[in-house]
Amino acid sequence: MKDKLKVSAAPHLHKKGESVSKIMWMVVLSLIPAGAAGVFIFGLNALRVIILGVVSAVVTEALLQLFTKNKITILDGSAVITGLLLAYNLPADVPFWLPIIGSFFSIAIAKQVFGGLGQNIFNPALAGRVFLMASWPKYMTTFSAPFSYDAVTSATPLALLKEGKILEHISYWNLFLGKRGGCIGEVCILALLAGAAFLLLKGYISWHIPGSYILTVGLFTYIFGPRGFFSGDWLFHVLSGGLILGAFFMATDYVTSPLTRRGHIVFGLGCGLLTAVIRLWGGYPEGVSYAILMMNAATPLIDRYTKTRIYGTKFSNP
Amino acid sequence: MKKLIKEFLKGIIKENPTFVLALGLCPTLAVSVSVRNGIGMGIAAGFVLLGSNVIIAMIKNIVPERIRIPCYIVVIATFVTIAELMLKAYSPVLNRALGIYVPLIVVNCIILGRAEAYASKNSVINSLFDALGMGLGFTLALILISGIREILGSGKLFGYTIMGGVEPALLFIMPSGALLVIGLLLGLFNLFKKDRA
Repeated sequence: MKDKLKVSAAPHLHKKGESVSKIMWMVVLSLIPAGAAGVFIFGLNALRVIILGVVSAVVTEALLQLFTKNKITILDGSAVITGLLLAYNLPADVPFWLPIIGSFFSIAIAKQVFGGLGQNIFNPALAGRVFLMASWPKYMTTFSAPFSYDAVTSATPLALLKEGKILEHISYWNLFLGKRGGCIGEVCILALLAGAAFLLLKGYISWHIPGSYILTVGLFTYIFGPRGFFSGDWLFHVLSGGLILGAFFMATDYVTSPLTRRGHIVFGLGCGLLTAVIRLWGGYPEGVSYAILMMNAATPLIDRYTKTRIYGTKFSNP
Repeated sequence: MKKLIKEFLKGIIKENPTFVLALGLCPTLAVSVSVRNGIGMGIAAGFVLLGSNVIIAMIKNIVPERIRIPCYIVVIATFVTIAELMLKAYSPVLNRALGIYVPLIVVNCIILGRAEAYASKNSVINSLFDALGMGLGFTLALILISGIREILGSGKLFGYTIMGGVEPALLFIMPSGALLVIGLLLGLFNLFKKDRA
């Protein structure tokens, strides 16, 4: 009897046949189209980065769990997702050691130091990306041009915008299909949306975080446009950078996002505001990873203020 | 004599000011960019600690209880002024590198902490050995932290390149790198303490 009363942390799964590890593998599945598009657009170098990222994330997790004499949980898919998302956040032509060090940092420092899956405060893949960004900015901001398959570099549309260049040669359609410079997994919006639709239909993520996130970015960039109020190019901001990848696949991470629906909305709103502020007035052209990490830090606070009411009781102030 | 050696040794591992007492973290975070800075800071703070601990142990019986902290601060500030003038005279380069953190030794919590917790209750000789141990413990901790940060963050040690051809991780010479290194070292320290206990 005692064994049947398992005390576990959220998310509480009640459906038959569902488990954390199954959901993880489903997320991996939903990320495949974006990766395939990235390889198609940037060539085999992108595939190399993805494989290195995933393999080194899994190996790091296995070695650390072996070393600390914990149960080895590499088959639950969470390390695969971390490695995959980290690789998706890198340019295609980075040196081979960059994804390896990034994955090591993600798993060792951002995940296992806190106690492994379910205990980490920050999204491991984003922590790894920010570490690489702060340490080797040169490699992290040299993007290869789409369909060139060699060392032709090209700035991202957002970086061009930051420099004050005019962006007429990039059509929305090209942005949507991914014909632009950028990180491997963020460029092809079509493939990302296909994966996201799969997750939404299966009910693994809800629309609250990505919806409020993308809406806030769109609204904010529309209001504070370059030629006065209400003149912003909101569609451009939504389609460029890592917004779609971040909103659907990284901000919705179960571990580092709030638990309730209301909390989700607040979380997405905060991410959107921070992203837009960094893009419009910050020093970096792109702010999705920083915005999500900052809101990760605020998640316990949001959870405190969006507690669900116990039926039949009044709200009590936290 | 045995007791004095114990007082001296406790500051190095068992009650290390940085890793066990977690005191004086602000200068540790700020100046541990290179080993040279770390050693300079450690010696300057150690000197102030030595002087203030001895003087405070001497005057502990004549200082009224209610105004003891201002009195201690005056003593500490005197030694900080001496340390700063010495640095300016004999090592202007180091003085520039440490910058504002030299005068800020006045508010370094190791020094006031030892004055309040130890020197104001113990004899002059004991306080002297306590200060020596704590000063050495602080210096060693700074050398460890700044060594890791200098090797990883700029690929150098004592200003000499030791990792040619490898691109260092800039993060480690930024403040966030300092927090990371200190946090991980604190964790390691606790791990070893737990194993022994």
